[in-house]
Amino acid sequence: MNIAEIKKEFPIFNNKVQNNDLVYLDSANSAQKPKAVIDRVYDFYTKEFSNVGRSVHYLAVAATNLYENTRASVQKYINANDKNEIVFTKGATEAINLIANTFGQKHLNDGDEVLITELEHHSNYVPWHFLRKSKKINIEFAEVNKDGEVTLESIEKKINSKTKIIGVTHLSNVTGAILPIKDIVSLAHSKGIPVLVDGCQGAPHLKLDMQDLDCDFYAISGHKMYGPTGIGILYAKKKWLEDLPPYQGGGGMISEVKKSGISYGELPNKYEAGTMATAQVIAFNESIKFLEKIGIKNIEKHEKELLNYALEILRKNNSINIVGNPAKKGGVISFTVEGIHPHDVATILDEDGVAIRAGHHCCQILHEKLGLSATARASFGVYNTKDDIDLLNESLNKCKKIFNLK
Amino acid sequence: MNLKELYQEIILDHGKNPRNLRKTENFNKDAKGNNPLCGDKVHIYLKLNENKKVEDISFEGQGCAISMASASIMTDLVKGKEEFEVKEIVSDFLDMIKEKDELNNDILHDDEKTKLMCLSGVKNYPMRVKCATLSWHTLTSAINNSQEEINTESN
Repeated sequence: MNIAEIKKEFPIFNNKVQNNDLVYLDSANSAQKPKAVIDRVYDFYTKEFSNVGRSVHYLAVAATNLYENTRASVQKYINANDKNEIVFTKGATEAINLIANTFGQKHLNDGDEVLITELEHHSNYVPWHFLRKSKKINIEFAEVNKDGEVTLESIEKKINSKTKIIGVTHLSNVTGAILPIKDIVSLAHSKGIPVLVDGCQGAPHLKLDMQDLDCDFYAISGHKMYGPTGIGILYAKKKWLEDLPPYQGGGGMISEVKKSGISYGELPNKYEAGTMATAQVIAFNESIKFLEKIGIKNIEKHEKELLNYALEILRKNNSINIVGNPAKKGGVISFTVEGIHPHDVATILDEDGVAIRAGHHCCQILHEKLGLSATARASFGVYNTKDDIDLLNESLNKCKKIFNLK
Repeated sequence: MNLKELYQEIILDHGKNPRNLRKTENFNKDAKGNNPLCGDKVHIYLKLNENKKVEDISFEGQGCAISMASASIMTDLVKGKEEFEVKEIVSDFLDMIKEKDELNNDILHDDEKTKLMCLSGVKNYPMRVKCATLSWHTLTSAINNSQEEINTESN
């Protein structure tokens, strides 16, 4: 696989950022977009725009087909059993809120427990937190170990008869730990507990097979998969989508509306109220095609090579402390630089065109556990090269000079 | 060039060895500030005497070089000032960081103004302005005794 050629597909790298070539190491936050995706948004609005699923005119029918084509592509890409198990949302956050809200309404009662982990992004904690008040549920946290992992054992330790649902990340956006989802699901199912997987970081970097993972829910963020913003995917087993109540009410999700009562639409319409992010959904099909063209195995291999190279280089740098050391790790490295706050590091790197993230990465629970208020984070995408890592390291050395540190 | 303006010696010095980083005994006003985007936190303690003069001011917290230096310089400059003077210095500083080229108050001496102007480098870094202003907004909250935690993301 030729990274130079792949990188050429991303127009953002043709432009200078503050007179520098862009070294983009913030893909865990959001990935850059290939030209095909950008063009698809433009073309749809220019030549094909219409709302979907309502009118009978030519453009409406064509747009509906394009919209549904993406659903079919996603189903195939994640190997879901049924096309109607794919629900479009505005992002992974909405996907998780949808489940926390509807599952909470129907299946959680006072004293029930939701088990999540200390690695979770705020988006897989806050939606459950809402239920603490409305349902008086408790939230338990499976502990992270010193390597920044959550093991099957730490999950098992927190499961009890009150545990009604488990929410876990596929790949930590801070330590990069890849969780043993299949084992967690199998353990949970043996106790009759459904599992929701936050797949924000997993989906762009790992092979996805819903039937093999057997999880009940899987939340995906489109913009992290080289797709447009404003689109996410909720994968949910059909039995759950049929069982759970609707999330939002409005046009498109109904079957019949009378003054005396309302019946709801069939799947997947039941969960897609109002006009959806049509252009983004249609353009997201190009992101899937882009990923399929390269092949997820090749992407995994490339990112693993980058990760190993970056770890090797950064570990040689005495002033850098890498957060966590998981046995199975994706292309995310969080670190601190001795004597310099992560925000200062990020500002200095930015001057060289090196874009990283600094802060708590929406994981305050984990940072508190680590005893850190903030970390710096470099994360990789398919377009990154070893040169990018070298430039990161050079820039990190510059930080020390600016701060007069040895 | 910009980076050198941002990270001047005085900022690095105050960032590394912040003055008044402690808790005032018998403080009579205090307030907490929080920047949820980056997790920076500051707690300002103020002791005003019966003539409404700042007898002591201190802070606890953690943050980047800019936010620590800003809190450090601020506490140094307002110590010994009267409450109304502190308010004027705060508002002058915030105006300068937002839009004005210089400080206009008649309270600070020229050398004090020069020290404070070292923070003006953040103007070129809009994302970092909040780092510089957090402790100042928190001081205002402490003076007003509003008991409201300053949050850089709420308006």
